[in-house]
Amino acid sequence: MRITKSHKIIVYSILVILSLYFLFPFAWALITALKTEGEAFSFPPKFSPDVPQFGNFIEAWKSQPFGTYFKNSVIVTVMTTIGQIISCSLVAYGFARYDFKYKNILFILLLSTMMIPWDVTMIPLYMEFNLFGWINTLKPLIVPAFFGSAYNIFLLRQFLMNIPKDLESAARMDGANEFQIFYKIFLPIMKGPLTLIAVLNILLVWNDYLGPLIYLNDQSKYTMALGLAAFRGVHELQIIPIMAMTLVMIIPPVIVFAFAQKYIVEGVSGSIK
Amino acid sequence: MFKKKEKQPSFTLVRKRVPYLFILPWIIGFLVFTLGPLVSSLIMSLFDWPITGEAKFIGLNNFTKMFTADPQFYDSLVITFKFAAIFVPLNLISALVLALLITQPVKGVKIFRTLFYLPAVVSGVAVSIIWGWIFNSEFGVLNYLLSLIGIEGPNWLIDPKWAIVTIVIASAWGVGTMMLIFYTDIKGIPPELYEAASIDGAGPLRQFFSITIPTITPTILFNVITSVIAALQQLTLVLLLTGGGPLKSTYFYGLFVYNNAFKHHHLGYASANAWFMFIIILILTMIIFRSSSTWVFYEAEMKKGGKK
Repeated sequence: MRITKSHKIIVYSILVILSLYFLFPFAWALITALKTEGEAFSFPPKFSPDVPQFGNFIEAWKSQPFGTYFKNSVIVTVMTTIGQIISCSLVAYGFARYDFKYKNILFILLLSTMMIPWDVTMIPLYMEFNLFGWINTLKPLIVPAFFGSAYNIFLLRQFLMNIPKDLESAARMDGANEFQIFYKIFLPIMKGPLTLIAVLNILLVWNDYLGPLIYLNDQSKYTMALGLAAFRGVHELQIIPIMAMTLVMIIPPVIVFAFAQKYIVEGVSGSIK
Repeated sequence: MFKKKEKQPSFTLVRKRVPYLFILPWIIGFLVFTLGPLVSSLIMSLFDWPITGEAKFIGLNNFTKMFTADPQFYDSLVITFKFAAIFVPLNLISALVLALLITQPVKGVKIFRTLFYLPAVVSGVAVSIIWGWIFNSEFGVLNYLLSLIGIEGPNWLIDPKWAIVTIVIASAWGVGTMMLIFYTDIKGIPPELYEAASIDGAGPLRQFFSITIPTITPTILFNVITSVIAALQQLTLVLLLTGGGPLKSTYFYGLFVYNNAFKHHHLGYASANAWFMFIIILILTMIIFRSSSTWVFYEAEMKKGGKK
């Protein structure tokens, strides 16, 4: 396609104007976090602090057990990611590389679970975890990840379906057992899509608010999302530390995204084909 | 559906069990974390189920109460559908426009792809805090910026007429995910199609409506369904940005169910509420799927048709 100069100028101007909507809120959060209290609560608002107050971040971090919240978020995120990788790769492999009785029905069942609204199972799940004695622990947030999630299994299965069948026949001839074939041949091939589901899981779990809200009661168990929301709930007017901690909470997913952008961009198309 | 295959000698009993071993984690998880709770929830919806004390079987009373004696049920349903009616088309169109922009063959466009996607990786907690501060009616920067161009901004979060708009704006900030889905799909359209159309004298607009749109209809279908489901279940932003107020103007259905369960402890009633939304979602999805045969265009059909 040939692109004229005026076309280019129009495209760039639209892109820049739209960027304001996507970027300004981040910038404004950062500006607010670096202000003094007087500057934050002035009107008309100031667009840059006279002296950036970097100490705001340290003060905010110390004002609540944010270290604990951060640690809990890391634990939940890492554990669920491990759980998803193990369980989803096994299940997807089973669905993609074998024929067995009721396979299609089971797979349709798996896909249909994606449509179940969260709040339908919310109450019985709470009661179930209560029965297990798991309320106010991180277990309800972690353990289910070890049993797979429909979307991730679907993504991996789509990938595995495209690999030629001779791969495992050759290995079987050589006397490898079924699990060895999965572990030694297929797991390494799945590195790309497994990275994608790891990234998607990290973003989902790190950012989750409703799960922690329902299952956790004590501050010592709070995750970043819950701790930050609770902090704002009680100290609504302390906008500076709130903004500082909001930025701290945003940083890990942004870093993960920066490193994994390639996988995300490639991955989303695979999900619908 | 299941063709009987001739037994190969190597196909032993052990081998037959192997596939089930691989999918066992999901089967257990499905029973324990999905099917079990799903059935329990349906049963609970037939009970008066307080958080302490005896549960009492009351048949369909929860549903009758919902339809005949709880005005909040209708209010929440109307607000939620109003939100979906604004949010879904807006989100779809903006995602498509953004995707078209970042597929333009100009330099540096990938940077914009990253920028537009960035808010999609941010937690709803952070989204509500940041936008809450921007919308703040006393110190909010948005109304200040609007005043610079001579517009007197409303009291976003305080005015019942505008609170729902704040949720739309803050939700639309995460449009990047859908944009990316459209983007990869549009990128996958073979350039020869456009070249051929150009030679035939079709302008950009014509190309868009006769090539781009028809090719991506399956993706549009996917995005319509996922965003309708997401819009009908919006809860995090409502809890944190407006808390359902002012004057319950953003008391979305998700919040209605959540509060009935965890604030008022009417577990049976909340289960009935949740099941009602589940059925609505099932019906809507079915309607959208049914309608899709008339407007969704599958590549496979095209290939088949071409061979004739």
